[in-house]
Amino acid sequence: MKNIIKLKTNIAISEKGFVFDPTTGDSYTVNAIGLEILEMIKQRKVFVKISDMITAKYDVEPSSFEQYFFDFIAVLKQMQLIENNDA
Amino acid sequence: MHKKQITVALSGLNNIDNPGPGIPVIRGIRESNIFEPRIIGLAYENLEPGAYMHNLVNKTYKVPYPSDGVDALIERIRYINDIEKIDVLIPNFDSELFTFMKSADILKTMGIATFLPTFKQFEERHKSNLPKFGKKYNVKVPFSIALTNINDIDNLTDDFEYPVVVKGKFYDANIAYSKEQALIYFNKISSKWGLPIIIQEFIKGIEVNVVALGDGKGNTIGAVPMRKQYITDKGKAWSGITLDNKNMLDLTHKIITDTQWRGGMELELIKTSENELYLIEINPRLPAWVYLAVGAGQNLPEALVNLAMGKFVKPFSNYEVGKIFIRYSYDMICNVDEFQELSINGTL
Repeated sequence: MKNIIKLKTNIAISEKGFVFDPTTGDSYTVNAIGLEILEMIKQRKVFVKISDMITAKYDVEPSSFEQYFFDFIAVLKQMQLIENNDA
Repeated sequence: MHKKQITVALSGLNNIDNPGPGIPVIRGIRESNIFEPRIIGLAYENLEPGAYMHNLVNKTYKVPYPSDGVDALIERIRYINDIEKIDVLIPNFDSELFTFMKSADILKTMGIATFLPTFKQFEERHKSNLPKFGKKYNVKVPFSIALTNINDIDNLTDDFEYPVVVKGKFYDANIAYSKEQALIYFNKISSKWGLPIIIQEFIKGIEVNVVALGDGKGNTIGAVPMRKQYITDKGKAWSGITLDNKNMLDLTHKIITDTQWRGGMELELIKTSENELYLIEINPRLPAWVYLAVGAGQNLPEALVNLAMGKFVKPFSNYEVGKIFIRYSYDMICNVDEFQELSINGTL
């Protein structure tokens, strides 16, 4: 869990939560919290740090957040938005 | 800057639901900073919309179908050239390319420049020759065979598993999930485009395309990859987006270098979930979505005209990623006089 999850470098994320993969042409939208998490991933923050920040800011248990977080990462992986050898 | 006045004749004015590339090519040429073009449309049908788009096309002439032979076509082009003094001619249909390639020397004596693929390039990229092409140039292609007899459909399962793609030699492609569907598509396509019919292995993946221009010396003048975002029931892109995809560009450069491609081209590719690229078709001309390349920073139609006129063209080094085209339909209101003029006199 100390591993840094790397988003593909050319992924464009707008401040409104529009995510564009220029390699495939696919685009997605994320909600405000998803965007916050993506930004933190982009800043190379480790999971523990992200968890601390989100659980301090929102009403969510660390154990629940961990589950949601890795579900989210699995979706990002499926969409080929993160580098293969991570997470 | 003083713009050079030139006269460009083009076909492909059928800006319909399965559009020819004429109008987008014209738009590119009209946006040139170098040329002040007079555009001469070459139409096969009375209702090709481009003939009535007077803001884009200065004058249109009916021309005989390629099936009428080279002589009839040349005679008509000679007549048009006597009036219009054509500098460059850009054929935009696959089905007429052979006739124009055959006539390139005669056109040259008439002062008309073209920039077309060679016979070798044109022949070896034919759908029916694609397996050989893939082997020769080390490019992944789906397995395919050319059929000239409908009874051969019975034996397809010796080489294929359904679904298969049933293709015409120039246009049309349908996915057949059974022998019965393959028979229907064989008849439907062969009645329109003749034989052979190509049966191609179905590759599952995302359809992506590249529009490119080769200078005939192995250099890529420009190339823009695109993913279709919205596909019509005819399989045509109604919307597409430019991509930043190195693999697609590397493949394009390789094909243009290895074949010494001359002229415009469109690569039709399938990208599998393993990120492998399969070449499913090379169209030997600029495609109908070429205006996306213009919008993304590569005016390939202008570059094509320059190459035809023997000018040095510096290759494009970049383009804008994430540019989208969205096609739309638009009803023009025209007078019957115009229709009559084109129908009776063959000019508008």
